[in-house]
Amino acid sequence: MNWLVGALLGVGALLGLMLTANASDTGMYAHGFLFLVVCLTGIFFLIKTAYDRAEAVAAGTAPAADQGYMDGVVRAGVIAAVIWGIAGFLAGLVVALQLAFPVLNLDLPWTTFGRLRPLHTSAVIFAFGGNVLIATSFHVVQRTTRARLAGGFAPWFVFWGYQLFIVLAATGYIFGITQSREYAEPEWYVDLWLTLVWVVYLLVFLGTLARRKEPHIYVANWFYLAFIVTIAMLHVVNNLAVPVSFFGTKSYSLFAGVQDALTQWWYGHNAVGFLLTAGFLAMMYYYIPKRAERPVYSYRLSIVHFWALIFLYIWAGPHHLHYTALPDWAQTLGMTFSIMLWMPSWGGMINGLMTLSGAWDKLRTDPVLRLMVVSVAFYGMSTFEGPLMSIKSVNSLSHYTDWTIGHVHSGALGWVGFISFGALYHLVPVLWNRERLYSLRLVSLHFWIASIGIVLYITSMWVSGILQGLMWRAYDSLGFLEYSFVETVEAMHPFYIIRALGGLLFVIGALVMAYNLWRTIRGELRTEHVAGAPSLARA
Amino acid sequence: MALSNKIWEGHARFEKNSIVLLIGILITVSIGGLVEISPLFYLDSTIEEVEGMRPYTPLELTGRNIYVREGCYTCHSQMVRPMRDEAERYGHFSLAAESMYDHPFQWGSKRTGPDLARVGGRYSDEWHVAHLTDPRSVVPESVMPGYPFLAERPIEGADIAEHLKANVAVGVPYSEEMIENAVADFNTQANPDAGDPDALLARYPKAQVRDFDGNPEMISELDAVIAYLQMLGTLVDFSAFEAEGENLR
Repeated sequence: MNWLVGALLGVGALLGLMLTANASDTGMYAHGFLFLVVCLTGIFFLIKTAYDRAEAVAAGTAPAADQGYMDGVVRAGVIAAVIWGIAGFLAGLVVALQLAFPVLNLDLPWTTFGRLRPLHTSAVIFAFGGNVLIATSFHVVQRTTRARLAGGFAPWFVFWGYQLFIVLAATGYIFGITQSREYAEPEWYVDLWLTLVWVVYLLVFLGTLARRKEPHIYVANWFYLAFIVTIAMLHVVNNLAVPVSFFGTKSYSLFAGVQDALTQWWYGHNAVGFLLTAGFLAMMYYYIPKRAERPVYSYRLSIVHFWALIFLYIWAGPHHLHYTALPDWAQTLGMTFSIMLWMPSWGGMINGLMTLSGAWDKLRTDPVLRLMVVSVAFYGMSTFEGPLMSIKSVNSLSHYTDWTIGHVHSGALGWVGFISFGALYHLVPVLWNRERLYSLRLVSLHFWIASIGIVLYITSMWVSGILQGLMWRAYDSLGFLEYSFVETVEAMHPFYIIRALGGLLFVIGALVMAYNLWRTIRGELRTEHVAGAPSLARA
Repeated sequence: MALSNKIWEGHARFEKNSIVLLIGILITVSIGGLVEISPLFYLDSTIEEVEGMRPYTPLELTGRNIYVREGCYTCHSQMVRPMRDEAERYGHFSLAAESMYDHPFQWGSKRTGPDLARVGGRYSDEWHVAHLTDPRSVVPESVMPGYPFLAERPIEGADIAEHLKANVAVGVPYSEEMIENAVADFNTQANPDAGDPDALLARYPKAQVRDFDGNPEMISELDAVIAYLQMLGTLVDFSAFEAEGENLR
């Protein structure tokens, strides 16, 4: 096994060396070199581990063979998620401020909005969200199958391989290496690398399911599996491209125009549907029942929820292309399925919320559960808003405006963010074997700061989006367009400041979380009176 | 009731076998894409044929790649919708054929700045130079970043033929002649004295041939970007264009 891994790393190192030596642009030079360094580091650690082990065996202190749950990789994922999360939120704050104060673009190639915006979206979706999903899926699948992760080294390869993907993508954006496909910006060679990592991820997940000591596969794992498989399908099809040279970064998309646009938004909408929804619903189905200490409200509802959601979501992509040159039939089909999608979405929300039946009182004493429950409420809100915006006549106003940005963030900050924070707060004491979190009061503080931030963000984007949409189509009494484009840009300024303020609060909340988790990991407990608990009842 | 119980019990098949579950998921998520996307590749009505469309010239393609590199699509759409205000603000609604050679498409999803599908010929080259270098020098309220470095970066177009070949591989009809003359065409478009503009125009009708950035000493990234911007939406002659079928407007 070690020899095989070593040989693969050796091949990887050679490949990196070859790319570096023949690179036709600096991007490929740097990325080839990075790949070389990573493979060499991998070989170094492989040898070191084998050496340490041999020494320990000689000294008679070797630990027993690997058994029990494999939690090291989950712990690494939790730490990576917190770090990438803060980086991604900060990048968001920077681009928000750039829109309010354009001087912050600095007019340098590496710092303009056009290059930093993909950095922000990829950092929050793939670096933060992706790490949360990989870490929690590795945690949940072990606990619900009562089996250790399959594949020996493989889970660690998934973790480190995924971090390398993030670094390649992020540095690429700054140097202008992009396919310009929203949420699929990394170029062809980075896509190939992610494909490899993702296939191993799927195999680890399936292998662990195969080892299970439970007859049934728990519902959370259905959602994780759907997320992993569907993202693989979307990623491969949407990134089909022909590189100009195997030693250069640039490629040309296989499809053009209309077909390219629909392929991209079939991908784009289902990155939302399967990464940001199905994956995080899996978390909902495990962590909320766990935290509330209640079973899932309805098993049958979860079956209907699952199949209806994954069937309907795939169709919804064309609502990103209303009134464009996409054929009308496709637009109408996309709209119809988007509206139908409301039902499974709310079915899932009801299933999550009603799981608290008989445990609603916990919301007063457990801010971690409160984060998760409010996240489900945000899920309900944004999955109501989404179908509304997919209606063509509404979309004619909302499309191209900040309303879309607000909608995305009610889902991203409220749903994805809060369910992730809840899971992280739940996981850290479990994974590091601590009695409880360092401070529940700080969790409560995080909850309120972030909630106020989200409210500022969403409301300001509603107002600016609808305002700008109305200004674009406003006519004066003589039948001329009332506003020039730049007047509508000027009108956005105050809302962009409010939005940035909301983002700032969200970042501060995340920093409070990082502090709290860090103290928890160190094993410290803050002596405090928990809000809502009777003050004299503690004994 | 008995039947519905059977359905619920039948679901255990998926819950007890991960491979059955995997296949079930794959089939379920494939249907939507197959029904919606694949017809676009064979239905003739998807892209109506239009006079005037041609592949990008080597210089325009280079400019387009810089447009992609800088993430212009994050703030500018290239897709005019068929609404009265958009027609008055930007011009005729965009046709599918107008992006038939766009690998990748640049329709965009957000208008922090205005639509650019028909920006070609709207402004002078001098305006674009000033605007791209320092947007607020010509539009004080603008929130666009400045791109002063474009003018300072020379481009040679040495590998432009490779780019054309990659486009051929994905279906753009560049001819052998176009690929052979790619470097010459690249230089001629920004510097008409250096080559044969008539041959360029024969290969790429309506191509605009001149020094775009006001610096004839070198061909810069700014030359390429302005060459691209100035041709956007200019290929189809809408005074002669008639949509197929009955005009219901």
